[in-house]
Amino acid sequence: MPPALRAVLGKLITTLIVLFGVSILIFCIARIIPGDPVRIALGPNASQDMVDALRAQMHLDAPLVTQYVYFLRDVLHGDFGMSLYSKRPVIADIAQFLPATLELMIVAGIIMVGVGLPMGILAARTRDRWPDHLVRVITLLGVSAPGFVWAVVLMLIFAYFVPIFPIAGRISNSFQIPQVTGFMLVDTLLAGNLAAFADAFRHIILPACALAVTGIGQSARLTRANMVETYRKPYAEMAQSYGFPAGRIARRYVFKPSLIPSLTVIGLDFASMLGGAFLVESVFAWPGLSRYGVNVILVKDLNGIVGTVLVIAATFLIMNIIVDLLVWWLNPRFRLGGRS
Amino acid sequence: MDDLTLRIRDLNLRFKSLFSDTAVLHGISLHIRRGERVALVGESGSGKSVTARIVLGTLQELKTSRISGTVEVMGRDLKKMTEKERYALRGRDISMIFQDPTSSLNPVFRIAELFHEVLKRRDPGISAAAARARAAQMLAQVSIHEPERALDSYAFQLSGGMNQRIMIAMALANEPALLLADEPGTALDVTVQAQTLELMREMVERNATSVLFISHNLGVVREFADRVYVIYKGRIVEHGTTEALFADPRHPYTRALMAAVPRLTGGGIPDVPEVSESFFDPMITHEGLREPEPTR
Repeated sequence: MPPALRAVLGKLITTLIVLFGVSILIFCIARIIPGDPVRIALGPNASQDMVDALRAQMHLDAPLVTQYVYFLRDVLHGDFGMSLYSKRPVIADIAQFLPATLELMIVAGIIMVGVGLPMGILAARTRDRWPDHLVRVITLLGVSAPGFVWAVVLMLIFAYFVPIFPIAGRISNSFQIPQVTGFMLVDTLLAGNLAAFADAFRHIILPACALAVTGIGQSARLTRANMVETYRKPYAEMAQSYGFPAGRIARRYVFKPSLIPSLTVIGLDFASMLGGAFLVESVFAWPGLSRYGVNVILVKDLNGIVGTVLVIAATFLIMNIIVDLLVWWLNPRFRLGGRS
Repeated sequence: MDDLTLRIRDLNLRFKSLFSDTAVLHGISLHIRRGERVALVGESGSGKSVTARIVLGTLQELKTSRISGTVEVMGRDLKKMTEKERYALRGRDISMIFQDPTSSLNPVFRIAELFHEVLKRRDPGISAAAARARAAQMLAQVSIHEPERALDSYAFQLSGGMNQRIMIAMALANEPALLLADEPGTALDVTVQAQTLELMREMVERNATSVLFISHNLGVVREFADRVYVIYKGRIVEHGTTEALFADPRHPYTRALMAAVPRLTGGGIPDVPEVSESFFDPMITHEGLREPEPTR
């Protein structure tokens, strides 16, 4: 088996083990927090008999271990149970809400990398001169306020005072787009409706920017720090001594070796957007998983909570695998194995 | 006087910041003629490497450096050149070889890619294929038997000696007039260092390249250089042909430096004073040598 494949398989196995652990943890926590989910779901007027019946149907009267075994059996069949909040299978809820969140995260991630890394490169190249100072101020602002603050600020400026972007939602009501992938930007294109695509794009800009601000700050600062370190390496001096163009040295010969240590953190920044999305989605009335997650927690919808948390955990783990693969691909030392 | 590749006259260097002001070079003068191999010898911190970096023009870009005196490369005064013109010299008319070849080669690019970038300095439009052919030819000249394999490798996959050969090939690929060798191969095994120095000598002799050879290793200097400047704490203390200087070291510091070389025959580590009043004695120039007058 080639070493690459073995590495990926190993990662996958670890990922499954971690997911298994997370499932036990969240399964227990969801059942330990106070409040009776069945009572909340059926309302104060339901009779005790009805409550007991539903409780038995959900195996909530069985011991915790037995409950978990039932749960695991269902999950392995792709069944996360019914949501008490939406009265639908949890898996259907997630399938409906997750794409909106993923779409927001991906656009925010592209903004984070597309703005943060060039800012870091610029700062490292002009270190201790004014562009560097400017970047430092901007990134410090970015990391010192959480995403939902930026959500409110951006909304106020660009949707209220200067209303160039819509204030909420994914797309204007006038468009009826059939759901294929659940990604609005993709579905509008599949429908061949360019006007709708532009509209969806305008809707996603502000929440994606708000979500990306912290990540932009962090990735720019990290890139700058690692590049300043790399500029001191003999091979950076070699590039300068041989008169390689300064821009190429920065973007290629110094950036690439510096990106490898940055990537792990940037990958986790990306995954942690899922947490930031909870509040940003609320501010922009974005119909994503986060809003669903908040609502299921509020009504103590056991299956909904477990399903949502498992999806978030899986996102982190998948992101980790992707980052590992990227590092492996970028770093020939891992890829080929070396002497020193 | 037209054959002067490098002429340094009364070069002073200080590093000045808000809180400190450190003088590093106190008016050094030296020259190298076409095809000549000149060594600058001294202990670490004596100002050897900064001299090379001034010639290269990289130190001038440092905000804290204060440089006075003249440095002429092929008759052109560096101070009268713009930063852009100084930059144009690098990698074309002047190139450099470093202490540790393996860490001087970028670890995430293949040798072929680095070679391509180096060759672009002379011929900006050179294609990857043409660069590869030229690189392979250069690598063959430094006795690398499988140039293709080396070109497809990363520096960490190759031995130190191999990397040093590659570094020499890169340094000479654009046929520079002046090669700055800053402690070349000090990080290598002595045997490998000797082989690669021999190779470097053949190459520069063939191309009549001038070399500023910076070293603390007298044994290596003796084998490699035509003329020697001994530098101590930013001052040149003795200047002579290699032959004369080794036969008859006159300055107290030069003698101390020679006494400091451990002998193979034993006798323990030589006892060398850390500092002595006499090390600051006036400069001694051997007979028949003097710094040339300014060009034009």
